[in-house]
Amino acid sequence: MRFLPARRRVLKAALLPPAAAVVPLRFVADAHADSVAKPGQFSYFMPVEFTFVEAAVARLIPNDELGPGAKEAGVATFIDHQLSGPYGRAETWYMQGPWKQGTKEQGYQLKLTPAQLYRTAIADIDDWCSKNGKRAFAETDTNAQDQMLHDLENGRITLARAPAKDFFQMLLQNTVEGFLADPMYGGNRDFIGWKMIGFPGPRYNYVAEIDQYGKHYTMPTIGLLGRDGKRTKES
Amino acid sequence: MATRLPHVDVVLVGFGWTASILAQELTDEGLNVLAIERGSFRDTVPDFATTQIQDELRYAVRNELFEEPERETLTFRNSMDQTALPMRHLGSFKPAAGAGGAGVHWNGQNWRFLPTDFVTRSHTEQRYGKNFIPAGMTIQDWGITYDDLEPFYDRFEYLCGISGQAGNVNGEIQAGGNPFEGPRKRGFPLPPLKRSYGTVLFDKAAKEVGYKPFPCPAANTSEAYKNIYGVQMGQCTFCGFCEWFGCGNYSKSSPQTTVFPVLLKKDNFKLRTHASVTKVLLDNTGKRATGVVYVDLQGREYEQPADLVILTAFAQHNVHLMLLSGIGKPYDPVKNEGVVGRNYAYQITSSVDVFLNDVVNPFMGAGALGQAIDEFNGDNFDHGPEKFIGGGYIALWTTGGRPILQHHLPKDAPKWGSGWKKAMKDNYLRTVSLATHGSVMSYRDAYLDLDPTYRDVYGNPLLRLTFDFHDNEHRMSNFLTDKAQGIAKAMKAREIHANPRKGHYTIVPYQTTHNTGGAAMGTDPRTSAVNRYLQSWDVPNVFVVGSCAFPQNAGYNPTGTVGALAYWTAHALRTQYLKKPGPLVSA
Ligand SMILES: Cc1cc2nc3c(=O)[nH]c(=O)nc-3n(C[C@H](O)[C@H](O)[C@H](O)COP(=O)(O)OP(=O)(O)OC[C@H]3O[C@@H](n4cnc5c(N)ncnc54)[C@H](O)[C@@H]3O)c2cc1C
Ligand code: SF4
Repeated sequence: MRFLPARRRVLKAALLPPAAAVVPLRFVADAHADSVAKPGQFSYFMPVEFTFVEAAVARLIPNDELGPGAKEAGVATFIDHQLSGPYGRAETWYMQGPWKQGTKEQGYQLKLTPAQLYRTAIADIDDWCSKNGKRAFAETDTNAQDQMLHDLENGRITLARAPAKDFFQMLLQNTVEGFLADPMYGGNRDFIGWKMIGFPGPRYNYVAEIDQYGKHYTMPTIGLLGRDGKRTKES
Repeated sequence: MATRLPHVDVVLVGFGWTASILAQELTDEGLNVLAIERGSFRDTVPDFATTQIQDELRYAVRNELFEEPERETLTFRNSMDQTALPMRHLGSFKPAAGAGGAGVHWNGQNWRFLPTDFVTRSHTEQRYGKNFIPAGMTIQDWGITYDDLEPFYDRFEYLCGISGQAGNVNGEIQAGGNPFEGPRKRGFPLPPLKRSYGTVLFDKAAKEVGYKPFPCPAANTSEAYKNIYGVQMGQCTFCGFCEWFGCGNYSKSSPQTTVFPVLLKKDNFKLRTHASVTKVLLDNTGKRATGVVYVDLQGREYEQPADLVILTAFAQHNVHLMLLSGIGKPYDPVKNEGVVGRNYAYQITSSVDVFLNDVVNPFMGAGALGQAIDEFNGDNFDHGPEKFIGGGYIALWTTGGRPILQHHLPKDAPKWGSGWKKAMKDNYLRTVSLATHGSVMSYRDAYLDLDPTYRDVYGNPLLRLTFDFHDNEHRMSNFLTDKAQGIAKAMKAREIHANPRKGHYTIVPYQTTHNTGGAAMGTDPRTSAVNRYLQSWDVPNVFVVGSCAFPQNAGYNPTGTVGALAYWTAHALRTQYLKKPGPLVSA
């Protein structure tokens, strides 16, 4: 774990947006300031796992000219929390054997819980990289990262234990969840996701607005924990 | 050993929509009624408070209000030559667990079936000839008619406070309503909901194509309403967190908002929660139920004696309990004998996404806020040239714009990366989607039985579902999807993206919780598990209420008909059975 801070710095540099992307600086500065991981601050991940996930989600929903992405929205933290809870443990799922590979119509049939799938797949990906003479995912450049994500998505990479496609699908699904769920779960920080698409949050009453056809809804974004007081100036 | 509890007159298994109705009606008759519910008690306050319920991740994605497969699920396969595997997490359908049942988290799309839907076989034979029905299709008549059920449809609608526009009152066609609906004795209790932009655009386009669009009947209140039991509801706010959530506003019709305030005050009604019924007990003749066995959260077993046992546990759960208890002959598809588990059916759906230039604010909506056409439902059109049976409605629903699960992207949009982001930003506020909602006929090889391998937490075999879409359904659904595309094209869209239902039925992703059949009603004990009053042919003090009674599924959502059947059964119990307990129809 001692090597982590240095590794983090490499990662940070690699992920700064290309000069051409016009991202208001305050986003980048703020977001990076509080997303740098400190050992021991995670609920489920080991630091190296967090590093992987943060790098991956930053490619799945990148920081670009449209605004900040999944990393800035805190999605890696969101996933960390989810995996440490009932979802990560597949608490409500039917997890009794016998375990068989089913047809795709029969849905999820892995013995691994979501938390176990992440742990296994991330370790497998690391192994795959070192066996194939490649730099670890989080340390390589964004083009190579995108390529590797595409390869996982299409099953072009075969991992030692975890099914690559299933892992990719879960990672993508959880990333979208983290980007678009209520901020109280740690992602969608400052309503980054909701503001990008124009969802005002759980506003509850649209009786007066529903027949204002074609008009933008202009009330400020809210979440279940209330208004985004400190940031409304930015929106 | 099970602890034996004091006797009650009536036990209801489950406490959802049908149980609430039966409890209310039978307690009015003076009976002591006990509902045994596997989930927890929940009510508008505090469980659905708007300060917590509008949480997409918790309720819609992580499924907090639904059945937990960990405790009970089913196994699934497409065909008899496959090995069924457990549905490990919820997918295609999401059964309820908890007081109010799926009435808590349904949309409220509340339909009547067409008069011809109750006589599918005889009507089809009469109009198209016997040979029109493909081999292996096991459709049959219900044993009741639309006219039998009309007063009970009416009662359920006035229980719920349905918002809508009548299309046919006593045979007179009403402007702006559904001209194809069966005749109703009076209009809906409430006027239609306000329209969203999407439904206005659909209405215009459908008229241009030559159809007669109408507002969908909604169990979301357009105005304040006091129902048949004197319970008060408030106006829907179009909050957009409706289906998969509870309503915090007393506006979605549910047992909580229409029955509980009266029922729960009665001395002769009792509710036991966190209690899973595992079996109906029969005496040594096997022809009389003596009560039920249930298990509490600590695994303790109780025996609850009762004179009358009513299964109201939802479609497949009713069938599961019948199979576990030995009520009725289990269906055997090879020998083509037996009835319990026979004629399982479902719904076949597809959609057409429409990408517009204008902002439509998808997040303003209600679970049943929609505009539909019914030209292609049931037998509202000539099936002769089409060579399939069945149909469905085409609707534009604006139920909400929850960002994680309710966004639509054009066909070529990337699944991730900057391209995904751009597609989300460009389309989220500017997309509507047309839904087709098709019937599914019943077949010899679509059925429910007990799984030979997998067991639930109580040690009982899981239910096994063997089901696939057949050629008839695919052709019908493609036909509907084409018609929907025709309307979409008239909507002056930037882009249209059709999602036809292709290939095998799959247990993921979510489609509908419209599971039907398995304990069909009818007039012949060799092809139905219950008679026309939903009474078991074999054990006459057991009634089985729910969509499991449908001999095949129509092109509408089921609950209007399920609610009507619950009132129909309640009426038969009150006016016939209680006076003279025993079979209401001789076999
Ligand atoms: C998300 C969703 C949306 C829907 N939208 C619509 C719609 O728009 N229109 C429509 O027509 N229909 C809709 N439905 C279907 C509708 O909710 C059902 O048709 C209706 O609730 C059925 O009533 P029921 O009494 O048969 O079952 P439920 O209301 O589901 O009640 C059954 C109860 O029995 C309990 N139970 C089950 N097994 C046991 C056991 N062994 N022991 C004790 N208790 C048990 C369950 O926990 C549950 O509470 C929807 C369903 C879902 C899930
Ligand atoms: S949309 Fe209306 S009926 Fe549905 S939950 Fe919101 S307020 Fe209740």
